Amino acid sequence: MHPVIPSAESILPVSPAIPASAADTPADERRARAWSAAASVVDPEIPVLSIADLGVLRDIRFDAAGRVEAVITPTYSGCPAMNMIAVEIGLALDAAGFPDAKVTTVLSPAWSTDLMTEAGRRALAGYGIAPPVGRAGGRRALFGETSVACPHCGSPETERISEFGSTACKALYRCRACREPFDYFKCI
Amino acid sequence: MSTPLFAYTLRLADDALVLGHRLSEWTSRAPTLEEEMALANIALDLIGQARVLYSYAGEVEGRGRSEDDLAYFRDEAAFGNLLVNELPNGDFAFTVVRQALVSAFMLPYWTALTGSRDATLAAIAAKAEKEVSYHLRHAAEWLVRLGDGTDESRRRSIAALEELWPWTGEMFEMPDDERALAEAGIAVDRAALKAEWSRTVDTILEEATLDRPRDGWMQTGGRRGVHTEHLGTMLAVMQSLARAHPGATW
Ligand SMILES: [Zn+2]
Repeated sequence: MHPVIPSAESILPVSPAIPASAADTPADERRARAWSAAASVVDPEIPVLSIADLGVLRDIRFDAAGRVEAVITPTYSGCPAMNMIAVEIGLALDAAGFPDAKVTTVLSPAWSTDLMTEAGRRALAGYGIAPPVGRAGGRRALFGETSVACPHCGSPETERISEFGSTACKALYRCRACREPFDYFKCI
Repeated sequence: MSTPLFAYTLRLADDALVLGHRLSEWTSRAPTLEEEMALANIALDLIGQARVLYSYAGEVEGRGRSEDDLAYFRDEAAFGNLLVNELPNGDFAFTVVRQALVSAFMLPYWTALTGSRDATLAAIAAKAEKEVSYHLRHAAEWLVRLGDGTDESRRRSIAALEELWPWTGEMFEMPDDERALAEAGIAVDRAALKAEWSRTVDTILEEATLDRPRDGWMQTGGRRGVHTEHLGTMLAVMQSLARAHPGATW
C-alpha cells in the first residue's frame, strides 16, 4: 500500500482540526500542507479511511529547527497497523517536502470511535463496514447486543456472530434480510 | 535499583504478557474460526498493553532497558505475574472461565487506575479499560452458553470453575511496595475491588446457572516470583528466539 501523494497546491486541510481561516501566514500554510500530506495516509486494514477521518492523527507541529512532527494515537493497545501507519506518514511527509519527519505516539486522551469524522463514517458504510452506533462513553452492559443496520441492504434485522471480527476494532455480524455477513466497527 | 514504581509497572506488564501469550497459543486450534479470531484479538490487546507497560517500566528504571529486554531477558523468578494467568489453557471451558474471572477483576482495576496520579499509568489504564470491557463481555457470554448449554459443556464449566477458584485470591493481594504506591494515589487498592468483582462474577454465574464455588485455601506466590511449573516452560518457548538471536528484527 502506498500513500497517496498530495499535489503541491493541495493546501486545504482535509480535517476540521485546522480551521479554514488558519492558512493565512506562511507558517500556517506550511503546517496545513504537512497536515494534508499526513492526513492522506489510510488505515492499511480499511483503505477507504484516512487516519484523519479515523481520529488517529492528532497534531502536526514543527520544532525550532523546522523539523516536522506528526502526533498520532493508537486505536487499540495492540493494533499492528500502527507501525505501518507511522512509516507511511514519514513517507508521505517526505514526498510532500518535509524530510526527516518524526512520528510521536501519545496515549492520552485515549482514542475513541467518537473521534471518527462524519466523512469517515460514510466511507466505512460505503465500503461495507457498519460504522459505530452511538457514543462510546459509559460502562458497557455485561450482556446485550448493539442493534446495527446492514451496510449492504440497510435492514435493521441483523445479529452478532462474534464480538471480535477480522481485527480488534470490528465485530462480525450477519444480516437476516439479505443473508450477507458484514463487519461492524465497534464503539470504543 | 528497583523502585516501587518500576516493580509495580513490571508486574502489571507481566500479568498482561503472560495471559496474552497463553491466549495466543489458541491460534490454529480454537473450536471455531470466529473464536480463533476473537482469542487472537484479545491476546493482541493484552500483548499491546504489556508493550506500553514494559516501555514505561524501562523508562522509570532509567537503565536503558527496552520492552523487549524486559519481556525476553528476565528469568522466571523475576516475573511477578498472577499465577492464574500462567496456568495452561486446558480445554475451551477452562480458558473461558479464566478469562471471565480475570477480566471481571481487570475491568474495575483499570477503571480505578484511570484516576492514578501517575499520568502515564492513567493513560494506559484508560485504553485498557475500554479493551477489557469487550474481553469481559466475550467471556461472560461464552460462559453462559457453556454453563447453560449441553451436559458436556456444563460438566466442563463446573470442573474449570472448581479448579480455577483457588487461584483467584491472589488477584486481591497487595505487595508492600504496592500498598505504599496506593496510599500515594499512584496504584490501586486491590482488596477494595473484591465486592465489585464478586457482584460481576455472581451475575455471570447466575445467568450461566452455575454455583459459585466456596472460598477456601488460596494459592499465592506469583508476586514474589514463586511460580507453578508451567511458567518456566512457557517462557522458554516465548523467549527462545530473542535469546538465540539477540537484537533480531523482522
Ligand atoms: Zn442486509
